[in-house]
Order: sequence, then C-alpha cells, then structure tokens
Amino acid sequence: MVEPLLLLSLLLVVGWPLGRYLAAVMRGAPMRSDALFSWIERPIYAALGTRPHVGMSWRGYAGAFLLSNLLLAIVVWVIFMTQAWLPLNPDGVPNMSWDLALHTMVSFLTNTNQQHYSGQAQLSYLSQMTGIVGLQVVTPVMGLAMVAATLRGLFGGRQAMSQDSAQVKATDAKVVVDVGNYWADVTRATLRFVLPLCLVLSALLTWQGVPATLAAGPVASPVEATAEFKEQKIPLGPVSPMVAIKQLGSNGGGWYGPNSTVPLENPTPLSNFLEVFAIALIPVSIIFMVAPFTGRRKFGAMVLGTMLTMSVLTAGISLWSENNSATTLDVALMEGKEVRLGAEASALWASTTTQINNGSVNLMLDSSAPLTGMMSMINMLINAIWGGVGCGLMQFLVYLMLAVFLAGLMTGRTPELFGRKIEGPEVKLLAILVLLQPLVILGFTAITLAIPSITGNSNPGFHGISQVFYEYVSAFANNGSGFEGLGDATVWWNVSCAIVLALGRFPSLVIPLAISAMLASKRRAPEGSGTLHVETPTFALTLIGIVIILTLLQFMPVLVLGPVADHLLLTELLAR
Amino acid sequence: MTMTTSLTSRAHKGRPDDTPVADRGVWRGAIGLTVLSLAGFGFLYSLAGVGIGQALFPSTANGSIVELDGKVIGSELVAQPFVSERYFQPRPSAASYNTMSLAGSNQARTNPDMRKRLEETRAAVAQREGIEPSAVPNDLITQSGGGIDPHVSPEGASVQVARVARARGLEPSIVEGLVVQYTENKQLGVLGQARVNVLKLNLALDAHKAAPATPAAGAQSESAVPQR
Repeated sequence: MVEPLLLLSLLLVVGWPLGRYLAAVMRGAPMRSDALFSWIERPIYAALGTRPHVGMSWRGYAGAFLLSNLLLAIVVWVIFMTQAWLPLNPDGVPNMSWDLALHTMVSFLTNTNQQHYSGQAQLSYLSQMTGIVGLQVVTPVMGLAMVAATLRGLFGGRQAMSQDSAQVKATDAKVVVDVGNYWADVTRATLRFVLPLCLVLSALLTWQGVPATLAAGPVASPVEATAEFKEQKIPLGPVSPMVAIKQLGSNGGGWYGPNSTVPLENPTPLSNFLEVFAIALIPVSIIFMVAPFTGRRKFGAMVLGTMLTMSVLTAGISLWSENNSATTLDVALMEGKEVRLGAEASALWASTTTQINNGSVNLMLDSSAPLTGMMSMINMLINAIWGGVGCGLMQFLVYLMLAVFLAGLMTGRTPELFGRKIEGPEVKLLAILVLLQPLVILGFTAITLAIPSITGNSNPGFHGISQVFYEYVSAFANNGSGFEGLGDATVWWNVSCAIVLALGRFPSLVIPLAISAMLASKRRAPEGSGTLHVETPTFALTLIGIVIILTLLQFMPVLVLGPVADHLLLTELLAR
Repeated sequence: MTMTTSLTSRAHKGRPDDTPVADRGVWRGAIGLTVLSLAGFGFLYSLAGVGIGQALFPSTANGSIVELDGKVIGSELVAQPFVSERYFQPRPSAASYNTMSLAGSNQARTNPDMRKRLEETRAAVAQREGIEPSAVPNDLITQSGGGIDPHVSPEGASVQVARVARARGLEPSIVEGLVVQYTENKQLGVLGQARVNVLKLNLALDAHKAAPATPAAGAQSESAVPQR
C-alpha cells in the first residue's frame, strides 16, 4: 500500500500550490513571470488578432472553440492521409486509410486518444510531432478554458467577479456576460502552465530511459539470430516529449501500440510512478484552482472533498480486486503485466487512468481481473472523479446543477446555485446531457453485439460483452483505454467510435457553458437562511448519491452481464 | 472573407470593468490557433524535448542500445528471444518479440484458449528446466503486456540456473552469483518489483571467460517453449 499512499499525498502536496498558480494564470493576474512570457505571448496575440483583456460572450467563446476544433480537424486529417509524401518519415510509413485517419483525428481532437493503430508502425515522426502532439497539448487546454469560462458564468461573468457587491447591479441590466477571452485563455494556460510541466517530465523520462531522437531506430542483430528471428528493429523517435504530454494532458495515446506496458515508453518503476503521478497532477491542480479562481473557499473544499471521497473508494476496490481478492492466486496474474511493475502498480494505474479520464495503460486490461475492469468502466461512466483536464470539473458542475435541482425539489426550496435560480430551460438542457450518455453507449453496444460480423471481439462469453461495452464507454467518456483484443481497426468501429467520441466531447463542454451564461443573466438573490447550502458535507453526500443513481443504476444490467458474470465464472474456474 | 478584428471602442481600453465583449475575428483566431498548435505546441515543443534529452542523457535518449564489437545487438529495454540451453530465456511474447507488432495476448482470464496455453507453457518450461510444473514461476508462464518485457523475476532466473550452468559446464554457484549480481531490487526501496534483465545477464555470461564453456552434447537443442 506504500505506492498508492505516496501517490495521493504527493498529489495533494504538489496540487495545492500548482492550483493557486493556475488560478492566477487563468485570471490573467499580473505575475513575476510576465517579463519572461509576455515577449512570447504578445506576437501570438497580434497574430491571432485579439486583445487578451477584452472578453467574449458565451456564444463567441463557444464559437471560437468549435471553429478552432473544426480547422484543426481538417488539417490533421489531411496530414495523416498524406504522411508518406511529407517530410520526417525516416521509417517509410505509408499513408493512413481515410477511416482510420478519421477515427485517429477525432480521437485526438476530443482529448480521448483511443487508438485503432500502432504508432511505431503506422505514423510518421511528422504526424506524431504535429498532429498527435499538437492536439495532445491544445485539446486539454481547450477543456480547461471551457471550464474556466463556465465558472466565470456561474459567478455572474468577469464583470461581477472583479467587482464588489455594490456594482453587481450593473450585471443585472442587459449587459452581455463576459466569460473571458478564449484565445488568451488557451495561450496563457499552454505557455505558462502545461508546456513547462511537460518539458520537465520529458527530461525526467529520458533520464529513466524513454527515447528522444529524430533519427530512425537501428536494426539490431540479436545475440542468437535464427532463421525466424534474423534481426530486430528498435523503434525510436521523439518519444519522451510525447509521453510527457500524453500523461499530463489526460490524453493517453501512446507512441507504441501497447502504450506504457512497453519498456521503451515506461522503462523503470520510477518512470511508472512519474507517469501515474502525471496522469493526476493537472486534474487535481484544477480542483485546487477552484477556490482561488472563484473566491469561494468553501465551494472549492466541497468539490475537492467529494472527488477525493469517490477517488479513494473506487481506487480501494480496484487495488483489492487485482491485489488481494480471490483472483490474485490465479497463475494468470502476470498475464498482460510487466515484471518490473507488478500487480499493485498496475492496478493503481488502471484505477487512476480511468478516474482521470486519461486512458493510458501499463497493463492489458483484457487480461486483468474482471472486477478491475468493472471499476474502470464505473470510473468512466461517472467521469467526474477528478476527470479529464477541464472536462472532469465540467462534468462535476453538471452533477452539481442536477443535485441542486433535485435537492431543491426534495426539500421544497427554490433550486438556486450561488444565488441564481435553476429553472425549466436550464434543466431541459441538462436533461439532454443526462439522456445522451445511455442512449449513445447502450445504443451502439446493442447494435454492435446484435450483428456478429461487425463485433470483432476476441474473447468468448461474458467477457466478449465487456469488450464491446468498454469500447463505447471509453469513447463516450473521452478516455481512450480499451480491452485491446477487440478487432477495432474496421470501418464500422472507426466510424461509429468517431461519432461517439464527438458526441461525448462537444455537447458536454458547450451546454454547461450556455447554462452558466443563462444563469449569469438572471437577477441575483442574496443567499439567506432559505437558501440551499451546497457547501456542506450533507450536500456532498447527496451529490455522490445522485451520481451513483444517475450513472450506475442505468448501466447495471450490462455491468452484470459483462464483468460481474465474468468474475463469477472466473472464481468458479479457479475453485475447480 | 476579410475578418478584421472588431474590437471595442478605444475609449474603453484599459478599463475591463465595463468593456463590452468582442466576439468577432473568430476566423483569424482559429486559423492562427491551428498553426500555433501544430507547429508550435506540437512540433517545436517536441524538438525542445528531443534537444533537452539528447543534451542531458544521450545514451537513454537514443534507446539504451547495446553494442558488441561495434555491432548493434539490441536494446536493454527490448526483450529478444534466446533459444539455446546456454542462455537464460525471457518471458513468452504474444508478439513473437516483433517490435512492429507489439501486443499482449489480450485474452481474458476466463478464455479457455488462454488456460490451455498457460498449462502447455508451464509443462514445457518445467521440462526444459527439469523441475516440477508447480515450481514454475508465474512470469515465465504468462505473456507480458507489450510483448517485449526485458525482465524476469529473480525466481524466474533462479529456476534456469541449473540448466544454463550444465550447458556451459560452469559451477552453478558462479551462474547463481551472476544472477544475484544482475538482480535489481525495488527502485528507491518501494517502487515496482525485483527483476533481472535477461539480455544483460546473458551478455555477462558470455563475457565470463574464467571457465571456458564446454557445451555438453545435445545441449544446443532448441527450447520447446511455445512463443505464442
């Protein structure tokens, strides 16, 4: 239990100051590093044609987000389909097919990094360095920008947040709510927060053994060359900077096919610890950012406390399942695992990578204990136990608004959040988000299982159901991990997953922003004794209850048919 | 389309309190951000990471390559197959140690095919090492996650000592000593598991000139362990 405790305490100790720093970055507050960064930022703002202090309405902000995604999508798709003709392709990798390139592009655009390809064989260095790494850096920051804008909206917009209460009246008049400047948010957070962390981690990983080179990998003559094994290609590349942002940016898509199980991507137990720490670092920092960013310390504490409770509970069950349950005595314990890491470090990663919505793996989930796989599915269905960079907190805000509405109905009080009423129009928008998840995931799972010729699962029985369900859960949650035995490099899987990926990303980032702006334009009532207090342990427990009811109960049948049945079968098999 | 950025009247500049919002100029921003993301955040950042890695840690940055007599024979971080009795053998690989098709087996624990494979591998390893099937360590039976796990557990190395010593005509204590010497313990005392790098151990065996190897007849027979 040393490693999980070490991880948690280190995260809390480092996340706290980083969160305060991030709040300053996102507020655009003056800071000592201005002298260093403003000479990079000023020409960027000039090129983008924006003035960083001038804000945008929610429509402008969301429009900027959507249009920049669209342009990135087209350019990256073209790069993948033409990489053989482009420079920096020392290993002579061919062009990607249209459907695989489409899926890969959407997958990285949505900060998911679900991979139906093997990077070392199917992507050129140029594709990796621009399309893959470029999206891995900018998409988490876009999520962060969207949640920062939503928080500004929830507290009445930047005008209200920077003023004292006497001037709040001004926002009640028909003034457009200022949710921030999208271009400045993305630029500042990338340059001042994400990239410096990445460069440090990249250097540490190279120190431990992760390659960082532009040269083609050598072809080795093995010690005992045989007829079947005459030579061995050592695949290299600019791996280390890519792995750094893959871990830090809740991305998860690795350089090599089997991700961080590959020793070149995760060479030592220390690199493994650094990588798992990096998975959680930014999402935890964002939670610590809430209090200084909004100025509501109790609110920040409630979010942190709720997430921490859920995190410890679910991580505990995963660790028990892989490391202490009856299935531990199985000879197959080390199947799909690496000797240098072992079962505990693998289970800890499996739990962290799905709580955080990262999706990288250091074990093959297909071969792990069935209940470990189930906990990963549950983490992804909730998708707000820390969650991805930005989108985790965003999903939490959705649960928060729903909980306020339901708790308000139960106690007979007006559902109010920070003094503004949640009414019919807002709840209708929330309902879209709540319904979209089961419709999309269960719908596609059912279609795929009903037509065996497109299913492509590699395991018989209950586990085969888990494989298909997991793929769509992972796609909708924008996680990216998978039961990789699935034969998913087909047109059906590529196109259907691309649809699910987009449906899991864009509505859940744009709708909460719209709701927050609708709330901001309402008259603010003073918080009094009749107000529902959201900053209490009682409300936090209510919220957890609502999360469980909303996400778990509606997926209970498929969880029972998949991992639970698989577990019962396995325990019976082992008892024989 | 001309998309000059429409900003608010200059009179409000520097007074964010009541500056109306400015939503236009979104095309110019989006094109700029696309270029900035791919060329700057992606490409230049990757170059910077490569530069730092090459400057500080040139050996690992280039893949921890192992050379023998000026010839590249592999990487410390990539398992390669050994077939003769004179060498320690790595874990079985679902990818046949082919780095272009890296993979685990991805078979579920309840998959009968996997159960069958595990029992066959266990029997083959037991026969190869001349030990009881129940004495074969798990890591020698199972396929790793990526297919190129360069390590075996210390137990996985120990059960191979007698065979390797016999094939090389060495005292088992000498081989055992090398295994102990090449055993890496938990990193920083707490992280990961104890392990032995198979390639490094085998190269150390080859370099051990004190007692020249006199392989017994038939010792070169190929391993019966299925690799897939």
